[in-house]
Amino acid sequence: MPVNKIIPFSAVDGPGNRTAIFLQGCNFDCRYCHNPETRALCIQCGKCIETCPVKALSMQDGTVRFDPVKCVACDTCIKTCEHNASPRIRYMNAEEVLQEIHKNVPFIRGVTVSGGECTFYPEFLRQLGRHLKEEGLGFLLDSNGSYDFSEDPAGLLPVIDGVMLDIKSWSPEDHRRVTGCDNALVRRNLNLLGESGKLFEVRTVVVPELFNAEETVRETARAIRPYRKRAQENTSGEVRDIRYKIIKYRPMGVRGQYRDMVPPTDSFLQHLKEIAQEEGISDVVLI
Amino acid sequence: MRDISMERVNQTREDMLATVKSKTLTHEQKVATMANQADSLLEVLNLPEGLDELLNQPIDRQCICDLCEGHAPLRPRYIIPNYDKFMKEGSEFLNLEAPKDLYEAINALEIFYKHVPSVTNFPVYVGALDKLLDPFVQDMDEDLALKMIKLFMIHMDRTILDSFSHGNLGPEDTKAGRLVLKAIAETKDAVPNMTMKYDEDLTSDAFALECVKAALASAKPSFANHKMFRSELGEDYVIASCYNGLKYGGGSYTLCRLILGNIAKRAKDTKDFLENQLPYVMEIQARYMDERIRFIVEESGFFENNFLAKEGFISRDKFTAMFGLVGLADAVDILLEKEGHPEYRFGHSEEATALGVKIMDVINNFNNNHYNKYCEATGGHFLLHAQVGIASDLQVTPGTRIPIGEEPENLVDQLNVLSHFHHYFPSGTGDIFPIDMTVHRNPEYVLDIIKGSFQKKLRYLSFYASDSDVIRITGYLVKKSEIEKLERGENVKHDTTALGMGAKHNGHIYERKVR
Repeated sequence: MPVNKIIPFSAVDGPGNRTAIFLQGCNFDCRYCHNPETRALCIQCGKCIETCPVKALSMQDGTVRFDPVKCVACDTCIKTCEHNASPRIRYMNAEEVLQEIHKNVPFIRGVTVSGGECTFYPEFLRQLGRHLKEEGLGFLLDSNGSYDFSEDPAGLLPVIDGVMLDIKSWSPEDHRRVTGCDNALVRRNLNLLGESGKLFEVRTVVVPELFNAEETVRETARAIRPYRKRAQENTSGEVRDIRYKIIKYRPMGVRGQYRDMVPPTDSFLQHLKEIAQEEGISDVVLI
Repeated sequence: MRDISMERVNQTREDMLATVKSKTLTHEQKVATMANQADSLLEVLNLPEGLDELLNQPIDRQCICDLCEGHAPLRPRYIIPNYDKFMKEGSEFLNLEAPKDLYEAINALEIFYKHVPSVTNFPVYVGALDKLLDPFVQDMDEDLALKMIKLFMIHMDRTILDSFSHGNLGPEDTKAGRLVLKAIAETKDAVPNMTMKYDEDLTSDAFALECVKAALASAKPSFANHKMFRSELGEDYVIASCYNGLKYGGGSYTLCRLILGNIAKRAKDTKDFLENQLPYVMEIQARYMDERIRFIVEESGFFENNFLAKEGFISRDKFTAMFGLVGLADAVDILLEKEGHPEYRFGHSEEATALGVKIMDVINNFNNNHYNKYCEATGGHFLLHAQVGIASDLQVTPGTRIPIGEEPENLVDQLNVLSHFHHYFPSGTGDIFPIDMTVHRNPEYVLDIIKGSFQKKLRYLSFYASDSDVIRITGYLVKKSEIEKLERGENVKHDTTALGMGAKHNGHIYERKVR
């Protein structure tokens, strides 16, 4: 499994303290992607080897190798890469990832796998989830909704506690403009996850010029409203509302050709929050 | 009493005059400073041979430090009155009856605090505020109760002019506890310091989260491992001053500290340190403490004459003493360098952790074999204490902490190192973590870390928001805005602000790694 990064303690990837695992590779091409270096796999062109200032990269048997001891995390390799990839990924199986997670027990309540798009690797997620369940750790996925949860070919639903689902936009046209992909499956997943009590949180990144944010927030709020009392991962047994996280677009990390998009104003975000609240969503967070 | 030279007398007179003329000290601070200066002329203790060479040295060579306790201790360093008794019976000396409502309770406590001496002349323990007030708030209008408790907090902050003053909360959820949390989160003051006794089996998540939120707003309360303290000191323990575990109705006669880094400098190698230098210095520190205790108990008359003892708010047989140390990290790094391993640093290698444990075992073993008849409350032994440092410390790392600037990249690695050391210190140790702003949205993050840490036998943790004005310096709280005032030469009401300023400049406390 190509692992871009493991953050031992994260305060921003779900409830409580969690280990966050970022897998490499994504099928959506969001214009505002904040970490485009997680989108693709390395093609071993070796350009980053030349620009690395501390010689942490080398070519061995046609493969770019990365020395984590020498690396100073300056991100020069990522800036050099023309293929939305990173030479710093580690190939790990579920067992190895689990070993990394164990180092953080008992300080964490769970694990969140993000990306890239983590559901690219459903078999890995199922294996990991099975172990985490046995050990009593929570397990959330951070997903763009492109895995078909109604078919669930890999059997993920029984081993996950919930999904933090991105709703990039509501209308299919907008969605294609934002991501290059259709969203019929995403919307189906929104309902299915809500119905099966596996929807933990919904997020929308707001770029006013790119898609109709008001419509997206309103329709998304309407869609999740019937399910809002469905509890997700909670070790205490407490019933929680589904949270709607409305995220301000910021140009940090965004690819050059898209960097001139204008962030929304705070008053517009507030307006969106009110729309979600009008639709009956109590837990709305602006970031 | 021994004679002293005229030269020393004259030097002290000069110091006192300078105190009188000081532009930055408040009146109260001048009076306290002059009392210490006058006290330094007394020579009544029978000092152990060899002490002078270890004690009266500049900070880069000093091996024993008595933390400004003076030459003729007239009271125990830390006094922990039994406030429950006072609330139940009132006080004859203070001419106060047992309070019957919240007005009387707060008024009575405010009066009582002015009569609790300590090394700072201010009470180092102000009570389990939730338990003391809870009976009085049950049937009260909540807004009025909150207003009164807020005023109570403000009164403390403005009259207890030293932030080594500590209140306790928990472990159970109470109405008064929640009101106190609300009050401290709103007032955001440095005094009183506050500890929440946390026990996963007794403390609800909801109450613990209120405590975390208050801590992110006002740098307090800190979190104490209730199970651990209770198993060592019994149910009747409190957290006082910085983070000191002591017996309720008792206290600590004295606190002296070993400066381990400087002791390591005297050693040829690790073996010499562990077998010769460290035992030699420990022996002298213990004998010095024995002598201070003897004077307080047998000569000062404190326990015969002070109303706290006479009315039973404290009893001599609940006192102990704190055998302190600083600079474990410094000693480990110095010794590893002498052994030819400068690449092993404390906090970053198993070898360094193992050496740290070895040193602590030697100290613990020494303490367990040293007997003092006046410490019967703790089995005739002192309690180990990881001292947090003082403002004038230079290149001295508090207790068993990892030096600021050298914290491991990942918090989990830091916690795992600390977990080897907290259990040695029933009379206190602790670590402090500035927390990133984003955590305001996710206080469960902090609670998870507390739960995991206490399972891993950590003892005491403090958190504050990285953008907070009130912050924890080493064990006490100070406002950054007050330090700025002092830096501009203005008067500030708390004497601890000056200590915070020193720690900012010498101890780099603004540079802690944000988590």
